[in-house]
Amino acid sequence: MTIDLKTIKHISKLSRISVDNEKAKKLEGDLNSIFKFIEKLNEIKTDNIEPLTSIAETTLRLRSDEIKSGNIRDKILQNSPKENKDYFVVPKVVE
Amino acid sequence: MIEITKLSLCELIKNIKDKKISSYEITKAFVERSEKSKLLNSYITEDFKSALNKAKKFDEKPNYNLKLPGIPIAIKDLFCTFGVRTTAGSKILSNFIPSYESTVSKNMWNEGAILLGKLNCDEFAMGSSNETSFFGNVQNPISKNLVPGGSSGGSASALAANLTPATIGTDTGGSIRQPASFTGTVGLKPTYGSCSRYGIVAFASSLDQAGPMTKNVKDCALLHEVISSYDLKDSTSIDFKRKLYSKELSKNIKGKKIGIPKEYRVEGMPNEIEDLWSKGIEYVKGCGAEILEISLPYTNYALPTYYIVAPAEASSNLARYDGVKYGFRSEGKNLNDMYEKTRSEGFGNEVKRRIMIGTYVLSSGYYDAYYLKAQKIRRLIKNDFDQAYKKVDAILTPSTPSSAFKIGEKTNDPVSMYLNDIFTVPVNLAGLPAISIPAGLDKKGYPLGLQIIGKAFDEQSILNIAYAIEDNINFENNISDWWIK
Repeated sequence: MTIDLKTIKHISKLSRISVDNEKAKKLEGDLNSIFKFIEKLNEIKTDNIEPLTSIAETTLRLRSDEIKSGNIRDKILQNSPKENKDYFVVPKVVE
Repeated sequence: MIEITKLSLCELIKNIKDKKISSYEITKAFVERSEKSKLLNSYITEDFKSALNKAKKFDEKPNYNLKLPGIPIAIKDLFCTFGVRTTAGSKILSNFIPSYESTVSKNMWNEGAILLGKLNCDEFAMGSSNETSFFGNVQNPISKNLVPGGSSGGSASALAANLTPATIGTDTGGSIRQPASFTGTVGLKPTYGSCSRYGIVAFASSLDQAGPMTKNVKDCALLHEVISSYDLKDSTSIDFKRKLYSKELSKNIKGKKIGIPKEYRVEGMPNEIEDLWSKGIEYVKGCGAEILEISLPYTNYALPTYYIVAPAEASSNLARYDGVKYGFRSEGKNLNDMYEKTRSEGFGNEVKRRIMIGTYVLSSGYYDAYYLKAQKIRRLIKNDFDQAYKKVDAILTPSTPSSAFKIGEKTNDPVSMYLNDIFTVPVNLAGLPAISIPAGLDKKGYPLGLQIIGKAFDEQSILNIAYAIEDNINFENNISDWWIK
Protein backbone atom coordinates (compact mmCIF):
# COMPACT_ATOMS: atom_id res chain seq x y z
CA MET A 1 0.00 0.00 0.00
CA THR A 2 1.47 3.34 -0.96
CA ILE A 3 0.25 6.83 -0.28
CA ASP A 4 0.19 9.07 -3.36
CA LEU A 5 -0.01 12.83 -3.72
CA LYS A 6 -3.76 12.70 -4.22
CA THR A 7 -4.19 10.94 -0.86
CA ILE A 8 -1.87 13.47 0.80
CA LYS A 9 -4.04 16.29 -0.51
CA HIS A 10 -7.14 14.50 0.76
CA ILE A 11 -5.71 13.99 4.28
CA SER A 12 -4.50 17.56 4.25
CA LYS A 13 -8.03 18.74 3.61
CA LEU A 14 -9.52 16.44 6.27
CA SER A 15 -7.04 17.63 8.88
CA ARG A 16 -7.34 21.32 7.88
CA ILE A 17 -3.62 21.65 7.33
CA SER A 18 -2.73 23.19 4.00
CA VAL A 19 0.37 21.80 2.29
CA ASP A 20 1.98 23.17 -0.85
CA ASN A 21 3.26 20.84 -3.56
CA GLU A 22 6.84 20.83 -2.35
CA LYS A 23 5.79 19.95 1.21
CA ALA A 24 3.39 17.32 -0.10
CA LYS A 25 6.25 15.58 -1.95
CA LYS A 26 8.36 15.49 1.22
CA LEU A 27 5.38 14.20 3.21
CA GLU A 28 4.75 11.51 0.61
CA GLY A 29 8.24 10.12 1.22
CA ASP A 30 7.99 10.37 5.01
CA LEU A 31 4.53 8.85 5.29
CA ASN A 32 5.38 5.99 2.96
CA SER A 33 8.44 5.05 4.99
CA ILE A 34 6.35 5.20 8.17
CA PHE A 35 3.55 3.11 6.66
CA LYS A 36 6.04 0.58 5.36
CA PHE A 37 7.16 0.19 8.96
CA ILE A 38 3.53 -0.12 10.13
CA GLU A 39 2.72 -2.80 7.51
CA LYS A 40 4.51 -5.27 9.80
CA LEU A 41 1.24 -5.60 11.69
CA ASN A 42 -0.26 -7.50 8.76
CA GLU A 43 1.86 -10.50 9.78
CA ILE A 44 -0.57 -11.11 12.64
CA LYS A 45 -4.01 -12.62 12.24
CA THR A 46 -6.38 -10.72 14.51
CA ASP A 47 -9.83 -12.02 13.51
CA ASN A 48 -11.02 -13.16 16.91
CA ILE A 49 -9.26 -10.66 19.10
CA GLU A 50 -11.16 -8.08 21.07
CA PRO A 51 -9.78 -4.57 20.45
CA LEU A 52 -8.32 -2.85 23.51
CA THR A 53 -10.08 0.51 23.58
CA SER A 54 -9.17 1.66 27.06
CA ILE A 55 -6.39 0.50 29.28
CA ALA A 56 -8.21 1.28 32.51
CA GLU A 57 -11.30 -0.71 31.44
CA THR A 58 -13.48 0.76 34.15
CA THR A 59 -16.96 2.11 33.65
CA LEU A 60 -17.13 5.85 33.60
CA ARG A 61 -18.35 7.54 36.76
CA LEU A 62 -21.43 9.69 36.83
CA ARG A 63 -21.29 13.11 38.42
CA SER A 64 -23.84 15.77 39.13
CA ASP A 65 -24.04 18.52 36.55
CA GLU A 66 -22.90 21.49 38.62
CA ILE A 67 -20.84 24.54 37.91
CA LYS A 68 -17.69 24.31 40.00
CA SER A 69 -15.50 27.05 38.61
CA GLY A 70 -17.35 30.12 37.47
CA ASN A 71 -16.52 33.78 36.86
CA ILE A 72 -13.56 33.18 34.59
CA ARG A 73 -15.10 34.69 31.46
CA ASP A 74 -12.62 37.54 31.28
CA LYS A 75 -9.66 35.23 31.79
CA ILE A 76 -10.90 32.98 29.00
CA LEU A 77 -11.47 35.91 26.65
CA GLN A 78 -7.98 37.23 27.37
CA ASN A 79 -6.58 34.24 25.49
CA SER A 80 -8.70 34.89 22.44
CA PRO A 81 -6.62 35.85 19.38
CA LYS A 82 -9.09 38.54 18.39
CA GLU A 83 -11.17 40.09 21.12
CA ASN A 84 -14.41 41.97 20.86
CA LYS A 85 -15.80 42.50 24.37
CA ASP A 86 -17.97 39.47 25.05
CA TYR A 87 -17.43 37.44 21.90
CA PHE A 88 -14.91 35.39 20.00
CA VAL A 89 -14.45 36.92 16.58
CA VAL A 90 -14.14 34.81 13.41
CA PRO A 91 -14.28 35.62 9.69
CA LYS A 92 -17.81 36.23 8.43
CA VAL A 93 -19.64 32.91 7.99
CA VAL A 94 -23.17 34.05 7.04
CA GLU A 95 -23.79 36.50 4.22
CA MET B 1 30.14 25.67 52.36
CA ILE B 2 27.63 23.33 50.74
CA GLU B 3 26.92 23.68 47.05
CA ILE B 4 23.16 23.98 47.21
CA THR B 5 22.37 23.07 43.61
CA LYS B 6 24.26 19.78 43.88
CA LEU B 7 22.09 18.51 46.72
CA SER B 8 19.34 15.99 46.12
CA LEU B 9 15.70 16.81 46.73
CA CYS B 10 15.64 14.89 50.03
CA GLU B 11 18.88 16.54 51.19
CA LEU B 12 17.45 19.99 50.46
CA ILE B 13 14.29 19.15 52.40
CA LYS B 14 16.37 17.99 55.35
CA ASN B 15 18.44 21.18 55.30
CA ILE B 16 15.30 23.31 55.24
CA LYS B 17 13.70 21.35 58.06
CA ASP B 18 16.90 21.59 60.12
CA LYS B 19 16.80 25.35 59.43
CA LYS B 20 20.30 25.22 57.97
CA ILE B 21 19.27 26.82 54.68
CA SER B 22 16.25 28.98 53.89
CA SER B 23 13.90 28.49 50.97
CA TYR B 24 15.09 31.87 49.66
CA GLU B 25 18.74 30.76 49.66
CA ILE B 26 17.87 27.58 47.83
CA THR B 27 15.67 29.33 45.30
CA LYS B 28 18.31 32.02 44.72
CA ALA B 29 20.96 29.36 44.11
CA PHE B 30 18.88 27.60 41.46
CA VAL B 31 17.83 30.89 39.85
CA GLU B 32 21.45 32.08 39.64
CA ARG B 33 22.63 28.81 38.14
CA SER B 34 19.74 28.79 35.68
CA GLU B 35 20.62 32.38 34.67
CA LYS B 36 24.16 31.24 33.86
CA SER B 37 22.94 28.24 31.89
CA LYS B 38 20.93 29.84 29.08
CA LEU B 39 23.08 28.07 26.51
CA LEU B 40 21.36 24.79 27.39
CA ASN B 41 17.98 26.29 26.39
CA SER B 42 16.25 24.16 29.03
CA TYR B 43 13.66 26.79 29.89
CA ILE B 44 10.85 28.12 27.73
CA THR B 45 9.42 30.44 30.38
CA GLU B 46 11.25 31.55 33.52
CA ASP B 47 9.27 32.51 36.60
CA PHE B 48 12.26 33.48 38.75
CA LYS B 49 11.03 36.76 40.26
CA SER B 50 7.83 35.24 41.43
CA ALA B 51 9.70 32.16 42.71
CA LEU B 52 11.99 34.34 44.85
CA ASN B 53 8.97 36.19 46.26
CA LYS B 54 7.22 32.95 47.11
CA ALA B 55 10.38 31.66 48.79
CA LYS B 56 10.59 34.81 50.93
CA LYS B 57 6.96 34.33 51.91
CA PHE B 58 7.61 30.71 52.81
CA ASP B 59 10.52 31.70 55.06
CA GLU B 60 8.38 34.29 56.85
CA LYS B 61 5.83 31.63 57.76
CA PRO B 62 7.43 28.25 57.18
CA ASN B 63 5.42 25.04 57.37
CA TYR B 64 7.84 22.17 57.86
CA ASN B 65 5.08 19.56 57.89
CA LEU B 66 4.76 19.79 54.14
CA LYS B 67 6.48 17.22 51.95
CA LEU B 68 8.24 19.75 49.69
CA PRO B 69 8.67 22.71 52.08
CA GLY B 70 9.79 25.79 50.13
CA ILE B 71 11.48 23.72 47.41
CA PRO B 72 11.76 25.44 44.00
CA ILE B 73 10.95 23.16 41.08
CA ALA B 74 10.83 23.78 37.32
CA ILE B 75 8.38 21.63 35.33
CA LYS B 76 7.79 20.52 31.75
CA ASP B 77 5.87 23.09 29.75
CA LEU B 78 3.07 20.63 29.07
CA PHE B 79 1.49 21.19 32.49
CA CYS B 80 -0.96 24.08 32.59
CA THR B 81 0.02 26.59 35.24
CA PHE B 82 -2.45 29.21 36.42
CA GLY B 83 -1.44 32.62 35.09
CA VAL B 84 1.90 31.37 33.73
CA ARG B 85 2.29 30.87 29.97
CA THR B 86 2.00 27.24 28.86
CA THR B 87 3.17 26.49 25.32
CA ALA B 88 3.60 22.70 24.93
CA GLY B 89 6.67 23.69 22.89
CA SER B 90 4.41 24.90 20.09
CA LYS B 91 3.95 28.14 18.18
CA ILE B 92 0.20 27.55 18.25
CA LEU B 93 0.18 27.94 22.07
CA SER B 94 3.01 30.46 22.26
CA ASN B 95 0.78 33.09 23.91
CA PHE B 96 -1.52 30.84 25.95
CA ILE B 97 -2.06 31.75 29.63
CA PRO B 98 -4.08 29.04 31.43
CA SER B 99 -6.91 30.02 33.77
CA TYR B 100 -6.50 26.72 35.64
CA GLU B 101 -3.77 24.57 37.14
CA SER B 102 -2.97 20.93 36.33
CA THR B 103 -3.77 18.59 39.21
CA VAL B 104 -0.26 17.15 39.28
CA SER B 105 1.41 20.57 39.63
CA LYS B 106 -1.26 21.71 42.11
CA ASN B 107 -0.41 18.66 44.27
CA MET B 108 3.20 19.88 44.33
CA TRP B 109 2.35 23.47 45.25
CA ASN B 110 -0.03 22.19 47.97
CA GLU B 111 2.95 20.39 49.52
CA GLY B 112 4.99 23.61 49.59
CA ALA B 113 6.91 23.47 46.28
CA ILE B 114 7.50 26.70 44.34
CA LEU B 115 7.36 27.02 40.54
CA LEU B 116 10.74 28.04 39.08
CA GLY B 117 9.71 27.99 35.45
CA LYS B 118 8.50 25.97 32.49
CA LEU B 119 10.88 23.62 30.74
CA ASN B 120 11.42 22.98 27.06
CA CYS B 121 9.98 19.89 25.38
CA ASP B 122 9.26 18.48 21.96
CA GLU B 123 6.22 20.12 20.38
CA PHE B 124 3.12 18.56 21.99
CA ALA B 125 5.53 15.95 23.43
CA MET B 126 6.03 14.47 19.94
CA GLY B 127 9.69 13.64 19.62
CA SER B 128 12.60 11.73 21.12
CA SER B 129 15.30 14.40 21.02
CA ASN B 130 13.69 17.74 21.92
CA GLU B 131 14.45 18.92 18.38
CA THR B 132 10.80 19.47 17.41
CA SER B 133 10.27 22.31 19.93
CA PHE B 134 9.25 25.67 18.42
CA PHE B 135 11.57 27.20 21.05
CA GLY B 136 14.68 25.48 19.73
CA ASN B 137 16.57 22.36 20.67
CA VAL B 138 18.01 21.70 24.10
CA GLN B 139 21.61 20.82 24.93
CA ASN B 140 22.41 17.76 26.99
CA PRO B 141 24.73 18.92 29.81
CA ILE B 142 26.71 15.70 29.35
CA SER B 143 28.38 17.00 26.19
CA LYS B 144 28.04 19.83 23.68
CA ASN B 145 25.64 19.29 20.74
CA LEU B 146 24.26 16.11 22.24
CA VAL B 147 20.47 15.70 22.46
CA PRO B 148 18.99 15.34 25.96
CA GLY B 149 16.37 12.92 24.63
CA GLY B 150 12.69 13.72 24.46
CA SER B 151 10.08 14.67 24.74
CA SER B 152 10.85 15.76 28.33
CA GLY B 153 14.27 16.99 27.14
CA GLY B 154 14.26 20.36 28.89
CA SER B 155 13.29 18.63 32.13
CA ALA B 156 16.11 16.08 31.84
CA SER B 157 18.65 18.73 30.84
CA ALA B 158 17.69 21.12 33.66
CA LEU B 159 17.79 18.31 36.21
CA ALA B 160 21.15 16.88 35.12
CA ALA B 161 22.64 20.40 34.98
CA ASN B 162 21.42 21.16 38.53
CA LEU B 163 19.06 23.95 37.42
CA THR B 164 16.22 22.33 39.38
CA PRO B 165 16.45 19.79 42.23
CA ALA B 166 13.75 17.60 40.67
CA THR B 167 11.16 17.93 37.93
CA ILE B 168 8.13 16.35 36.37
CA GLY B 169 7.68 15.18 32.82
CA THR B 170 5.12 13.25 30.82
CA ASP B 171 5.56 9.89 29.15
CA THR B 172 3.45 8.74 26.20
CA GLY B 173 5.95 6.33 24.62
CA GLY B 174 9.10 6.85 26.66
CA SER B 175 9.26 10.63 27.07
CA ILE B 176 10.35 10.44 30.73
CA ARG B 177 12.48 7.29 30.69
CA GLN B 178 14.47 7.90 27.49
CA PRO B 179 15.63 11.45 28.43
CA ALA B 180 16.36 10.23 31.97
CA SER B 181 18.53 7.50 30.45
CA PHE B 182 20.29 9.99 28.13
CA THR B 183 21.16 12.37 30.99
CA GLY B 184 22.04 9.98 33.81
CA THR B 185 18.94 10.73 35.88
CA VAL B 186 16.03 8.76 37.31
CA GLY B 187 12.61 8.83 35.62
CA LEU B 188 9.38 7.06 36.54
CA LYS B 189 6.42 6.48 34.25
CA PRO B 190 3.58 5.57 36.63
CA THR B 191 0.68 3.17 36.01
CA TYR B 192 -1.96 4.62 33.71
CA GLY B 193 -4.53 6.29 35.98
CA SER B 194 -2.13 6.90 38.86
CA CYS B 195 -1.43 10.58 38.13
CA SER B 196 -4.23 12.82 36.95
CA ARG B 197 -4.13 14.00 33.34
CA TYR B 198 -6.25 17.07 34.18
CA GLY B 199 -4.56 20.22 32.94
CA ILE B 200 -1.88 18.43 30.94
CA VAL B 201 -1.84 19.37 27.26
CA ALA B 202 -3.12 16.16 25.67
CA PHE B 203 -1.13 14.14 23.15
CA ALA B 204 -2.49 10.56 23.17
CA SER B 205 -5.02 10.24 25.96
CA SER B 206 -4.91 6.45 26.42
CA LEU B 207 -1.11 6.53 26.78
CA ASP B 208 -0.18 9.85 28.47
CA GLN B 209 1.03 9.74 32.08
CA ALA B 210 2.87 12.34 34.15
CA GLY B 211 5.75 11.25 36.35
CA PRO B 212 8.73 12.37 38.42
CA MET B 213 12.31 12.90 37.17
CA THR B 214 14.93 13.11 39.91
CA LYS B 215 18.59 12.69 40.81
CA ASN B 216 18.05 9.47 42.75
CA VAL B 217 15.47 6.80 43.56
CA LYS B 218 14.58 8.13 47.02
CA ASP B 219 13.71 11.54 45.56
CA CYS B 220 11.68 9.77 42.90
CA ALA B 221 9.62 7.85 45.47
CA LEU B 222 8.90 11.05 47.39
CA LEU B 223 7.90 13.11 44.36
CA HIS B 224 5.70 10.31 43.06
CA GLU B 225 3.99 10.13 46.43
CA VAL B 226 3.20 13.85 46.11
CA ILE B 227 1.90 13.91 42.54
CA SER B 228 -0.11 10.67 42.41
CA SER B 229 -3.74 11.18 43.42
CA TYR B 230 -7.26 10.14 42.58
CA ASP B 231 -8.88 13.02 40.71
CA LEU B 232 -12.52 13.44 39.76
CA LYS B 233 -11.48 15.89 37.06
CA ASP B 234 -9.86 13.08 35.06
CA SER B 235 -12.36 10.40 34.06
CA THR B 236 -9.59 7.81 33.70
CA SER B 237 -8.04 8.54 37.10
CA ILE B 238 -8.12 5.33 39.14
CA ASP B 239 -9.19 5.11 42.76
CA PHE B 240 -6.72 2.72 44.41
CA LYS B 241 -4.85 2.81 47.69
CA ARG B 242 -1.73 4.85 47.05
CA LYS B 243 1.25 4.00 49.25
CA LEU B 244 3.64 6.28 51.06
CA TYR B 245 6.24 5.25 48.50
CA SER B 246 9.16 7.05 50.15
CA LYS B 247 8.36 5.65 53.60
CA GLU B 248 8.05 2.10 52.33
CA LEU B 249 11.16 2.34 50.16
CA SER B 250 13.43 -0.62 50.91
CA LYS B 251 16.54 -2.19 49.43
CA ASN B 252 15.37 -5.59 50.51
CA ILE B 253 14.33 -7.40 47.33
CA LYS B 254 15.09 -10.90 48.57
CA GLY B 255 12.91 -13.50 46.89
CA LYS B 256 11.57 -11.10 44.26
CA LYS B 257 11.20 -12.78 40.88
CA ILE B 258 12.60 -10.70 38.06
CA GLY B 259 11.99 -11.55 34.40
CA ILE B 260 14.44 -11.05 31.56
CA PRO B 261 12.56 -10.88 28.23
CA LYS B 262 14.51 -12.55 25.45
CA GLU B 263 12.84 -10.38 22.77
CA TYR B 264 14.63 -7.31 24.14
CA ARG B 265 17.96 -8.60 22.82
CA VAL B 266 17.61 -6.69 19.57
CA GLU B 267 19.93 -6.83 16.62
CA GLY B 268 22.55 -4.11 16.43
CA MET B 269 22.35 -3.20 20.10
CA PRO B 270 25.79 -2.05 21.30
CA ASN B 271 27.74 -4.56 23.42
CA GLU B 272 28.02 -1.97 26.13
CA ILE B 273 24.27 -2.11 26.65
CA GLU B 274 24.28 -5.93 26.67
CA ASP B 275 27.06 -5.81 29.29
CA LEU B 276 25.23 -3.27 31.38
CA TRP B 277 22.11 -5.39 31.30
CA SER B 278 24.11 -8.44 32.45
CA LYS B 279 25.60 -6.35 35.23
CA GLY B 280 22.11 -5.31 36.32
CA ILE B 281 21.07 -8.96 36.38
CA GLU B 282 24.09 -9.81 38.56
CA TYR B 283 23.27 -6.96 40.96
CA VAL B 284 19.69 -8.04 41.58
CA LYS B 285 20.81 -11.65 41.91
CA GLY B 286 23.37 -10.50 44.48
CA CYS B 287 20.52 -8.85 46.39
CA GLY B 288 18.73 -12.18 46.64
CA ALA B 289 16.28 -11.79 43.77
CA GLU B 290 15.53 -14.70 41.48
CA ILE B 291 16.11 -14.30 37.73
CA LEU B 292 13.76 -15.94 35.23
CA GLU B 293 13.94 -15.92 31.45
CA ILE B 294 10.57 -14.82 30.06
CA SER B 295 9.05 -14.21 26.65
CA LEU B 296 7.04 -11.23 25.43
CA PRO B 297 6.40 -12.51 21.89
CA TYR B 298 4.63 -9.43 20.50
CA THR B 299 7.38 -6.97 21.48
CA ASN B 300 8.37 -6.33 17.86
CA TYR B 301 4.85 -5.19 17.02
CA ALA B 302 4.69 -2.58 19.78
CA LEU B 303 6.26 0.30 17.85
CA PRO B 304 4.14 -0.06 14.69
CA THR B 305 1.07 -0.36 16.93
CA TYR B 306 2.09 2.75 18.81
CA TYR B 307 2.56 4.68 15.56
CA ILE B 308 -1.09 4.07 14.72
CA VAL B 309 -2.67 4.50 18.15
CA ALA B 310 -0.73 7.59 19.26
CA PRO B 311 -1.16 9.65 16.04
CA ALA B 312 -4.84 8.65 15.84
CA GLU B 313 -5.50 9.99 19.33
CA ALA B 314 -3.28 13.01 18.65
CA SER B 315 -5.14 13.96 15.47
CA SER B 316 -8.35 13.98 17.45
CA ASN B 317 -6.90 15.83 20.48
CA LEU B 318 -5.22 18.46 18.34
CA ALA B 319 -8.37 19.22 16.35
CA ARG B 320 -9.13 21.84 19.02
CA TYR B 321 -6.33 24.14 17.81
CA ASP B 322 -8.24 26.17 15.26
CA GLY B 323 -7.26 29.76 16.08
CA VAL B 324 -10.72 30.69 17.36
CA LYS B 325 -10.73 30.84 21.15
CA TYR B 326 -7.06 30.81 22.13
CA GLY B 327 -3.58 30.43 20.75
CA PHE B 328 -2.04 31.57 17.51
CA ARG B 329 -4.25 32.65 14.60
CA SER B 330 -3.41 33.32 10.98
CA GLU B 331 -6.13 35.39 9.30
CA GLY B 332 -7.83 33.92 6.23
CA LYS B 333 -10.38 34.99 3.68
CA ASN B 334 -13.02 32.73 5.20
CA LEU B 335 -13.38 30.41 8.20
CA ASN B 336 -11.93 27.32 6.51
CA ASP B 337 -9.06 29.29 5.10
CA MET B 338 -8.33 30.64 8.59
CA TYR B 339 -8.34 27.12 10.08
CA GLU B 340 -5.99 25.79 7.42
CA LYS B 341 -3.56 28.70 7.61
CA THR B 342 -3.58 28.73 11.41
CA ARG B 343 -2.85 25.02 11.65
CA SER B 344 -0.31 24.90 8.88
CA GLU B 345 1.65 27.88 10.27
CA GLY B 346 1.06 27.06 13.94
CA PHE B 347 2.19 23.43 13.98
CA GLY B 348 5.70 22.18 13.25
CA ASN B 349 6.58 19.42 10.79
CA GLU B 350 6.57 16.43 13.17
CA VAL B 351 3.20 17.41 14.64
CA LYS B 352 1.70 17.88 11.18
CA ARG B 353 3.09 14.54 10.11
CA ARG B 354 1.49 12.78 13.07
CA ILE B 355 -1.84 14.57 12.68
CA MET B 356 -1.88 13.43 9.07
CA ILE B 357 -0.99 9.81 9.92
CA GLY B 358 -3.73 9.84 12.55
CA THR B 359 -6.27 11.40 10.22
CA TYR B 360 -5.46 8.78 7.59
CA VAL B 361 -5.73 5.73 9.86
CA LEU B 362 -9.05 6.99 11.20
CA SER B 363 -10.45 7.96 7.81
CA SER B 364 -13.27 6.14 6.11
CA GLY B 365 -12.09 2.92 4.47
CA TYR B 366 -8.89 2.64 6.52
CA TYR B 367 -10.20 2.56 10.08
CA ASP B 368 -10.53 -1.25 10.23
CA ALA B 369 -7.27 -1.98 8.45
CA TYR B 370 -5.19 0.29 10.66
CA TYR B 371 -6.79 1.64 13.82
CA LEU B 372 -8.91 -1.36 14.75
CA LYS B 373 -6.09 -3.73 13.86
CA ALA B 374 -3.71 -1.77 16.08
CA GLN B 375 -6.14 -1.87 18.99
CA LYS B 376 -6.36 -5.65 18.63
CA ILE B 377 -2.59 -6.01 18.64
CA ARG B 378 -2.45 -3.69 21.62
CA ARG B 379 -4.53 -6.33 23.42
CA LEU B 380 -1.98 -9.01 22.46
CA ILE B 381 0.86 -6.87 23.78
CA LYS B 382 -0.97 -6.37 27.06
CA ASN B 383 -1.67 -10.13 27.24
CA ASP B 384 2.07 -10.77 26.90
CA PHE B 385 2.68 -8.84 30.10
CA ASP B 386 -0.30 -10.43 31.89
CA GLN B 387 1.15 -13.87 31.12
CA ALA B 388 4.64 -12.85 32.25
CA TYR B 389 3.34 -11.45 35.53
CA LYS B 390 1.93 -14.84 36.46
CA LYS B 391 5.55 -15.88 36.91
CA VAL B 392 7.49 -12.73 37.84
CA ASP B 393 7.13 -9.60 39.99
CA ALA B 394 9.00 -7.25 37.68
CA ILE B 395 10.93 -7.16 34.40
CA LEU B 396 14.46 -5.83 33.87
CA THR B 397 15.53 -4.42 30.48
CA PRO B 398 17.78 -1.69 29.08
CA SER B 399 15.99 1.70 28.85
CA THR B 400 17.11 2.53 25.32
CA PRO B 401 18.90 0.73 22.46
CA SER B 402 21.67 3.40 22.38
CA SER B 403 23.11 6.29 24.37
CA ALA B 404 22.37 9.93 23.48
CA PHE B 405 23.05 10.96 19.88
CA LYS B 406 24.19 14.20 18.28
CA ILE B 407 21.81 17.05 17.52
CA GLY B 408 20.67 16.70 13.88
CA GLU B 409 21.80 13.08 13.58
CA LYS B 410 18.33 11.56 13.19
CA THR B 411 16.09 14.46 12.19
CA ASN B 412 15.81 13.41 8.54
CA ASP B 413 14.70 9.86 9.16
CA PRO B 414 11.50 9.65 11.23
CA VAL B 415 11.60 5.84 11.53
CA SER B 416 15.15 5.75 12.94
CA MET B 417 14.06 8.40 15.46
CA TYR B 418 11.02 6.30 16.41
CA LEU B 419 13.26 3.24 17.03
CA ASN B 420 14.65 5.00 20.10
CA ASP B 421 11.50 4.09 21.96
CA ILE B 422 11.57 0.37 21.22
CA PHE B 423 11.99 -0.66 24.89
CA THR B 424 9.74 1.99 26.39
CA VAL B 425 6.66 1.96 24.13
CA PRO B 426 5.28 -1.50 25.11
CA VAL B 427 4.91 -0.27 28.70
CA ASN B 428 2.62 2.61 27.66
CA LEU B 429 0.52 0.35 25.45
CA ALA B 430 -0.01 -1.97 28.43
CA GLY B 431 -0.53 0.90 30.93
CA LEU B 432 2.19 -0.36 33.26
CA PRO B 433 4.62 1.48 35.55
CA ALA B 434 8.34 1.53 34.68
CA ILE B 435 11.39 3.32 35.99
CA SER B 436 14.68 4.15 34.28
CA ILE B 437 17.77 4.48 36.44
CA PRO B 438 21.30 5.42 35.38
CA ALA B 439 23.49 2.33 35.41
CA GLY B 440 26.74 3.19 33.71
CA LEU B 441 28.63 5.21 31.10
CA ASP B 442 29.53 4.05 27.60
CA LYS B 443 33.03 4.50 26.17
CA LYS B 444 32.17 8.04 25.09
CA GLY B 445 31.23 8.85 28.68
CA TYR B 446 27.51 9.06 27.91
CA PRO B 447 25.05 7.63 30.45
CA LEU B 448 23.09 4.42 29.88
CA GLY B 449 19.98 3.40 31.76
CA LEU B 450 18.27 0.26 32.95
CA GLN B 451 14.49 -0.04 32.98
CA ILE B 452 12.43 -1.94 35.54
CA ILE B 453 8.85 -2.62 34.50
CA GLY B 454 6.28 -3.44 37.17
CA LYS B 455 2.80 -4.82 37.56
CA ALA B 456 0.00 -2.27 37.31
CA PHE B 457 -0.23 -0.22 40.56
CA ASP B 458 2.94 -1.81 41.93
CA GLU B 459 5.24 1.21 41.75
CA GLN B 460 6.61 0.24 45.16
CA SER B 461 8.27 -2.95 43.90
CA ILE B 462 10.04 -1.27 40.99
CA LEU B 463 11.13 1.62 43.20
CA ASN B 464 12.58 -0.90 45.67
CA ILE B 465 14.39 -2.87 42.96
CA ALA B 466 15.73 0.40 41.51
CA TYR B 467 16.84 1.45 45.00
CA ALA B 468 18.75 -1.83 45.45
CA ILE B 469 20.43 -1.56 42.01
CA GLU B 470 21.31 2.11 42.61
CA ASP B 471 22.99 1.18 45.87
CA ASN B 472 25.17 -1.39 44.08
CA ILE B 473 26.04 0.72 41.06
CA ASN B 474 27.14 3.99 42.66
CA PHE B 475 26.61 5.79 39.36
CA GLU B 476 28.15 9.20 39.00
CA ASN B 477 27.50 11.61 36.16
CA ASN B 478 30.53 13.22 34.62
CA ILE B 479 29.44 16.80 33.95
CA SER B 480 31.98 19.58 33.46
CA ASP B 481 29.78 22.72 33.35
CA TRP B 482 31.10 23.38 29.82
CA TRP B 483 28.19 25.71 29.07
CA ILE B 484 29.06 28.19 31.84
CA LYS B 485 31.51 30.83 30.66
